[in-house]
Amino acid sequence: MESALQATAAKPARPSTLRLNLAAIGVLVRRDLKRFFRQRSRVAGALVQPLIFWLVIGGGLAGSFRMPGAGDVGYIQYFYPGIIVLVVLFTSIFTTMSVIEDRQGGFLQAVLVSPASRTSIVLGKTLGGVLVAMVQAAVFLALAPFAGFSLRAVDWPLVAAVLVATSVALSSLGFALAWWLNSTQGYHVVMSVLLIPLWVLSGAMFPASGARGGIGALMKWNPVAYGVAGLRRGLYGARFGELSSTGLGSSAALELLVVTAFAIVAVAAAARLCARRR
Amino acid sequence: MSFLRIEGLHRRFGERVALDGLTVEVARGETFGVLGPNGAGKSTAFQILAGMLAADGGRILLDGAPVDPARDPQLRARLGVVFQQPSLDGKLTGRENLQLGASLYCVPRAIARRRIDDALDLFELADRADEPAERYSGGMRRRLELARVLLHEPELLVMDEPSSGLDQASLRRFWAQLGELRKRRSLTILVTTHQPEEAEQCDRLAVIDRGRVIAEGTPEELRARVGGDVITVEAEAPDEIARAIAETFALAPRVVDGRILVEAPRAHELIPRLVERFPSGRLRAVGMRPPSLADVFVKLTGRALAQEAN
Repeated sequence: MESALQATAAKPARPSTLRLNLAAIGVLVRRDLKRFFRQRSRVAGALVQPLIFWLVIGGGLAGSFRMPGAGDVGYIQYFYPGIIVLVVLFTSIFTTMSVIEDRQGGFLQAVLVSPASRTSIVLGKTLGGVLVAMVQAAVFLALAPFAGFSLRAVDWPLVAAVLVATSVALSSLGFALAWWLNSTQGYHVVMSVLLIPLWVLSGAMFPASGARGGIGALMKWNPVAYGVAGLRRGLYGARFGELSSTGLGSSAALELLVVTAFAIVAVAAAARLCARRR
Repeated sequence: MSFLRIEGLHRRFGERVALDGLTVEVARGETFGVLGPNGAGKSTAFQILAGMLAADGGRILLDGAPVDPARDPQLRARLGVVFQQPSLDGKLTGRENLQLGASLYCVPRAIARRRIDDALDLFELADRADEPAERYSGGMRRRLELARVLLHEPELLVMDEPSSGLDQASLRRFWAQLGELRKRRSLTILVTTHQPEEAEQCDRLAVIDRGRVIAEGTPEELRARVGGDVITVEAEAPDEIARAIAETFALAPRVVDGRILVEAPRAHELIPRLVERFPSGRLRAVGMRPPSLADVFVKLTGRALAQEAN
């Protein structure tokens, strides 16, 4: 029997650079999905925490505060789109924080010395994070009727488009931060001073219209707010104007445009950082 | 013409000079070792060669043509890189790690399957192939990484301290299997190490210190630089004893890590005279051994290669 490790007489043609890049993206995605489904605790953790937030914070605040402009919308319902974005944010943080160790003593090292370009490494890692986030978000979306949303009224294409764009943006932002900081402690700091505030100031917990002074203005500049607004609009579907007007007073097109631009900028920033060699 | 030539490689990190004109030449099919203590610049050279780090100066030639691993994906496809910390995913099984490794280089599925089975056999991992790699021992992980790196049949294997964290038995097994592989197909290997035992496995060596090559040759040639055998003396006051040995016998003893090392052409004749020279109790132990590559490094630099290697 001829051993496969033996040298072959005729060298086969080398695969093209494009194929090698696509292969690396595929490898990184496969790896993230395998890891995700193998680590049950991670699946649970990323879902249970937002669920507790939703029920405890949502339920706790529901009776105490009435929101101006929120009409008859209960807080549990108001909070729901924000919680789905939180699921996406947590997933992005989990999948990209691992980049720090992975780069110094893990599988990512092998990808870095492979023929793949740094951009395809960013794309593979982002796409992996997005798919994992979409699985988690889908599970959470099944709870929409408990928040008072009608699954039939939901504008699913808008919901999907907003979630994918937001998730691409947050995953690649997470990757860029992890790559740039290159320290787990540093990442934790940035998580609490940048990533979590981005979510708090996204209209997830309170509408911009009711926020005092600078906070409301800050929220208008927060790209994540457009994701939350677009998701909220999509969840109400055709009944958006009738049941809620707590968006940014914008249109679905503007919301999609902002989150898409955010996603493109974040991917570009991550690719640029990753391509830099010390 | 050499297969790989690293020419005048320079790299500094702030004030610290990591590589100071490193030049080595490796012939096709050769196992070439870069031996030096921690901080000598080995890992910096490795990272530049793997395309992970930029050089400040110098060049790399492969088959006579200048190459830039950082910018040339087709060149990286010809390299196999083994890291000091194995680049494995512990949550995935050994086989899955191999499958992903093959996919990364677009090895066709049927060929990959065959090569993976062969590699699992050669590296004695077949019976644990479907367990998560995090349950493997250090030696097994190292072998799994080597197996993965070879799946795309690289022409040049670059290894950074592959023995780090391995015991002597695992190290011998690793090199035995690599030797087995080299019998089957031609492979050029560049390996960095600070372990004399590992350096012994190489066809040729460059001894480096402070970012430059200070000696080069086969392990035998390098050992021949130490005149004769090495006498080791342990004593309460090593510096004082060393001075006395130098005066009495006109030799040049060195104190390394609290131990006196004396190179001597006719060591067996010297030992009795040495023991008689000092009153009883002054010397704790006297030994003699053929020179090792660690002694060569001491001879060249006056310093030890590594604490544990002495």
